[in-house]
Amino acid sequence: MNVKALLVLLLLAPPALAQGFAGLGTDAEGFAIPERGRALDFPRDHGAHPDYRIEWWYLTATLQGADGRDYGAQWTLFRSAVAPGEADGWDSPQVWMGHAGLTTPEQHFSAERFARGGIGQAGVQVDPFTAWIDDWHMTSTARAGADAYSALHIAATGPNFSYDLNMRAEGPLVLHGDNGYSVKSAAGQASYYYSQPFYTVEGTLNLPDGPVAVTGQAWLDREWSSQPLASDQTGWDWFSIVLQDGHRLMGFQLRGDQTFTAGTWITPQGEATALPDGALSFTPQGTAQVAGRDVPVRWRIDWPEQGLALQTEPINPQAWMDLTVSYWEGPIRVTGSHDGRGYLEMTGY
Amino acid sequence: MTLLALEDIHKSFASAEGPVPVLQGVSLTVAGGEVVALTGESGSGKSTLLHIAAGLEAPDAGRVLVGGQDMAALPDTGRAKLRRGTVGLVFQQFNLVPSLSVGANLAFQARLAGGHDAAFCTQLAARLGLSDLVARYPEQLSGGQQQRVAIGRALAARPKVLLADEPTGNLDEATGDAVFALMLELARAQGAALLLVTHSARLAGRCDRVVHLRAGRLA
Amino acid sequence: MTLAALLSHWARNKMQLAMLLAGLTLATALWSGVQALNAQARGAYATAAALVSEDGAARLDTPSGQMPQSRFVALRRSGLMVSPVVEGRVVLGDTRVTLLGIEPLTAPPGTAAALADGDLQGFVAGGGFAHPETLAEIGPSDLALTPSQAVPVGVVLVDIGTAQTQLGMAGQISHLMLTGPAPRPLPEGLRLSQADAGAELDGLTDSFHLNLTAFGALAFAVGLFIVHSAVGLAFEQRRGLFRTLRSLGVSLRALTFALALELALMALIAGLAGLALGYVMAAALLPDVAATLRGLYGAPVPGSLQFSPVWALAGLAMAFAGAVLAGGQALWRLWHMPVLAPAQPRAWAIASGRAMRWQVMGALGLGVVAVVLAFTGSGLFAGFALLAAALLAAALLTPAVLALCLQGAARFARAPVVQWFWADSRQNLPRLSLALMALMLALAANIGVGTMVASFRATFIGWLDQRLVAEMTVTPRDAAQAVALESFLMPRTDAVLPLRRVDATLAGQPGAVFAMRDHATFRDNWPLIQAAPDPWDRLAAEQGALINEQLARRAGLWPGDSVVLPGAGAVSVLGVYPDYGNPLAQAIITEGWFDRLYPGTPTRQLAIRTDNPEATRAALLDEFGLSAQAITDQAQAKALSLAIFERTFLITGALNVLTLSVAALALFATLVTLSGLRLVQLAPLWAMGLTLRQLARLELARALVLAGLTMGLALPVGLMLAQVLLAVINVQAFGWRLPLQVFPADWARLALWAGLAMFAAAAWPAWRLWRAGGGPLLRVFAYER
Repeated sequence: MNVKALLVLLLLAPPALAQGFAGLGTDAEGFAIPERGRALDFPRDHGAHPDYRIEWWYLTATLQGADGRDYGAQWTLFRSAVAPGEADGWDSPQVWMGHAGLTTPEQHFSAERFARGGIGQAGVQVDPFTAWIDDWHMTSTARAGADAYSALHIAATGPNFSYDLNMRAEGPLVLHGDNGYSVKSAAGQASYYYSQPFYTVEGTLNLPDGPVAVTGQAWLDREWSSQPLASDQTGWDWFSIVLQDGHRLMGFQLRGDQTFTAGTWITPQGEATALPDGALSFTPQGTAQVAGRDVPVRWRIDWPEQGLALQTEPINPQAWMDLTVSYWEGPIRVTGSHDGRGYLEMTGY
Repeated sequence: MTLLALEDIHKSFASAEGPVPVLQGVSLTVAGGEVVALTGESGSGKSTLLHIAAGLEAPDAGRVLVGGQDMAALPDTGRAKLRRGTVGLVFQQFNLVPSLSVGANLAFQARLAGGHDAAFCTQLAARLGLSDLVARYPEQLSGGQQQRVAIGRALAARPKVLLADEPTGNLDEATGDAVFALMLELARAQGAALLLVTHSARLAGRCDRVVHLRAGRLA
Repeated sequence: MTLAALLSHWARNKMQLAMLLAGLTLATALWSGVQALNAQARGAYATAAALVSEDGAARLDTPSGQMPQSRFVALRRSGLMVSPVVEGRVVLGDTRVTLLGIEPLTAPPGTAAALADGDLQGFVAGGGFAHPETLAEIGPSDLALTPSQAVPVGVVLVDIGTAQTQLGMAGQISHLMLTGPAPRPLPEGLRLSQADAGAELDGLTDSFHLNLTAFGALAFAVGLFIVHSAVGLAFEQRRGLFRTLRSLGVSLRALTFALALELALMALIAGLAGLALGYVMAAALLPDVAATLRGLYGAPVPGSLQFSPVWALAGLAMAFAGAVLAGGQALWRLWHMPVLAPAQPRAWAIASGRAMRWQVMGALGLGVVAVVLAFTGSGLFAGFALLAAALLAAALLTPAVLALCLQGAARFARAPVVQWFWADSRQNLPRLSLALMALMLALAANIGVGTMVASFRATFIGWLDQRLVAEMTVTPRDAAQAVALESFLMPRTDAVLPLRRVDATLAGQPGAVFAMRDHATFRDNWPLIQAAPDPWDRLAAEQGALINEQLARRAGLWPGDSVVLPGAGAVSVLGVYPDYGNPLAQAIITEGWFDRLYPGTPTRQLAIRTDNPEATRAALLDEFGLSAQAITDQAQAKALSLAIFERTFLITGALNVLTLSVAALALFATLVTLSGLRLVQLAPLWAMGLTLRQLARLELARALVLAGLTMGLALPVGLMLAQVLLAVINVQAFGWRLPLQVFPADWARLALWAGLAMFAAAAWPAWRLWRAGGGPLLRVFAYER
């Protein structure tokens, strides 16, 4: 287990090590750091950025069976670099980690994979787009000329579950923050962050009781950085919500000495409005005992400026990702001023 | 003829409180054919005197003349040679050689001394009533029989001096008397000087002379 | 009270007490020492197994022992949970080690225990872990190695990338660890094996450990002889005391209890001392044992000892068991002794005629068992049972045979002292018989094991000369280099003989198939134990295979039989060759056939025949640019093999010496405790005119005569032992049979040692007899007994 505990330290590299030298574009260890004003470039930025310390391809899906039962699925590929850059073979400084989750109202399944870069066991290829670790993959099925993320096929297998989902985007990519430059603390830590929040999904979940055909919606997050958190920040609560009227809301708070919030309000057409620190407020409404700790699984989200007041309720409060890096991640139902569905991720509990 | 002469023998033993004198100027002579009884209380030094006479122990001072030779002046090997050929010893516990047969025991000292006379041995065995027992081993014999073997062994080498330490002490009275009589008779017949230690006034009375040891001196 | 009265005996007989304690201490020490060695080695196998597989995790490998790394990636991408391993021997610093390369991210959890608090980044960047002992052997090296107790001795744990670089195996891996469920069916070309490295080593080293255990048991038995004689004598000497105590109203139960308590007390003291001594002994011997196991089986055993409470408890239990075994008879007799039993000191084993008859009967019975085992038994255990029965029979027979010899000698004696000498020796035999049995066993074991080792050495050296005929061997880095080397060497040397092999299961046993080039080198030199007509021509004509002796004996395959080779079906056995030092089965077929059966098998080594090894070596180094480590010359190989051989039997030699020492101590103990009794027997002779010096000399002479006779008896027993070791135990344990050769010079040396041991044992009592003067003897005449 210990090898992997070390890996966790690498993946969640303490930001104290990652204090940037503003203006130089690299930190003390030679990693690139995000710069405001640099325009994202697709399809190149769909691929990996080995000069940055960490990066992820993060897909969450809220799903329903034919009988209306709620499900949730998560597919994530994390990249973490021991040193900037890429090299062939075992000399590669890149380390890959895959997480897969599958939630039903009663059960929650999770699995993880690890791989070294450089030998082909895991990686991301831009054209044609595919991201993989072992037999798990996220592969573009977009027609020629379209954005690679406009249609995806994902699959993952755990010890007692698997899923196979096809996704089609019904809207454009959305850049968070300042054209994709997303500030993560009052001190200015930032990442590059964009999403594809408009997927409709159909596919199959394989559960211990048998296969279930599902449909639903999905949301892909892409983010990379070298300095994700400020030193006092202990964890975050992150929401991605699809409202019934077609609007999307991405919102998160980073807990620390001073809570930092941010979000993006997205119209059904894909127009994004960045919500600055303090615009959103997140209030725990109730906790559940999960994996031996108290986790606030019910929340109230307020955006007073827009009269938005949402109550969230987990499909399954026990959606704990009991892996080497452990956290809560699961589908939620949204009521209040608007109805909707979404995904909640909570770390640091 | 004096065959055994002890002249002014002194002997003391070491103890925690310093030397304890046991013999303090003992002089005694025994002539050939003479039988002398040595009596005394327990611990009066009878056995020590006998051992000195046999050359088993050396006196602190004084001379031991066996057949005219000064035993005390001889080296260990010389004393051993004298013991072999000139002295015969009979003990209260018989002290036979357990690994040898009666016949071998009888002849042992004589052969050791080089004066083995098979005919004499046979005669001696017959005289001691041991003729039927020569093939047996000591542990198969009674006490009286064992002591007779011991006497025969001592006499077989025709010693000039015969020394006996309570020879009948381990035997019942009847057996003891018979063995005692036999020993006296054979010793006299050989003309040996016989010095014997005894507790019994009755046996002492049958000897030619009785000397009494008290407080390290002869009375 | 009762106990105090009993114990007061020991205060007066300090030497007897010392012997009793020494005997039990030594017995416990030797036994528990050997157990500690075994436990340590077995523990090390488990550590080794755990390093490469958790909970008996299975492995996937190929017959050639290599596969491309891309195979690993392809299998992972098809969903199979495997982790790659690169393994090989490499020279690091001053020594050769097994380099074990793992991939820490995919390895099963717990695999790299060494990494627990290590630095993953440093590990991946070329660091490594090794046991502190291995580190010390390596000395300075290029790798940044960190000490770790979790890594077996002789192994260096590194990242897979580091291992590939060091071993010249870029892009290649040795095998895969299966970390998930086994796939069905298996991917093509891969084999599933339960990678139970520990169990495999257990099997291979079983014979070695059984050997050690047998030695430990022998030493324990010899130690018990000492205890038994001391306890028995103390019992006899205290008969009077027992009688007095009983008359004073001490119940039999209380007396027996007190005596048992006394025995338990002694067992506790001696047991604790024995454990301490055993620990020290094991710690002293462990480096040799470890070297042996590493050399012979590649078993990673560290040379430093760990303490285990279970081992300590077991050792104490053995001490108690030994005390009960040795003292039980005395307790039994006490229980059955009438209140007023005569206090006559009839020394304890003197009613000997009957005892000796029983011993002879017992010996005959055991002899029958041994004969039956010799003809019907099979397996290592039966072999050792045969040995035990035969040795015990010989030991039981020892007093009777010695008695006969002494009786015969007495018959020829004329002088009275000589007559007495023989008669007395014979009469005292029962008192000495236990110690003499112990000496006989120790001497027989020495002769037997010594003959076995010497026979082995003689055969082994001859065999090495035949087998290691190539002037040098070269280890290529990879397949491409092998090809290049072969064409480079062809014009420069007399012959280049490539060595290729695939792992295979032969007649159900793990083994390998080798390729052999048809060449005069082999025809002229390769030794065969048995062969069909024209074996070499038929081998070249692909009509069959040669197999090694291990396979032949274990599977009962001889010329005329056939053996199934993977991919080839049943193949005729053309000949059987000796293959000492290799635990696995082997078959050899001709090169061309091999390449068709197992295409793409890499060449592991190239044997080179040349008139000018120096020039060839220089060419390889300078022109071809080979590293010096890749070249092994004949002399080096021979020296290495011999060194391994010598180390293998180092431990045997050490145990031999120890056993002999214990026997000498047993004799010493007996002679010392007997010296008091002897006075009674010697006093009349002194009185009749033998000097003390004469008597002392006779005592010494008696001991030497007995030692000589015992040695004479031990000789045939030892040869019998050697024959059983060579013809039964070795065949079962190693799979080879060696001719028995005799080495009289060794016997003479041993006889000298036995004489010295006996002299040492008898000298002190004799010297004491002489120096003490007549005093003690006079007391014999004076005391009422």
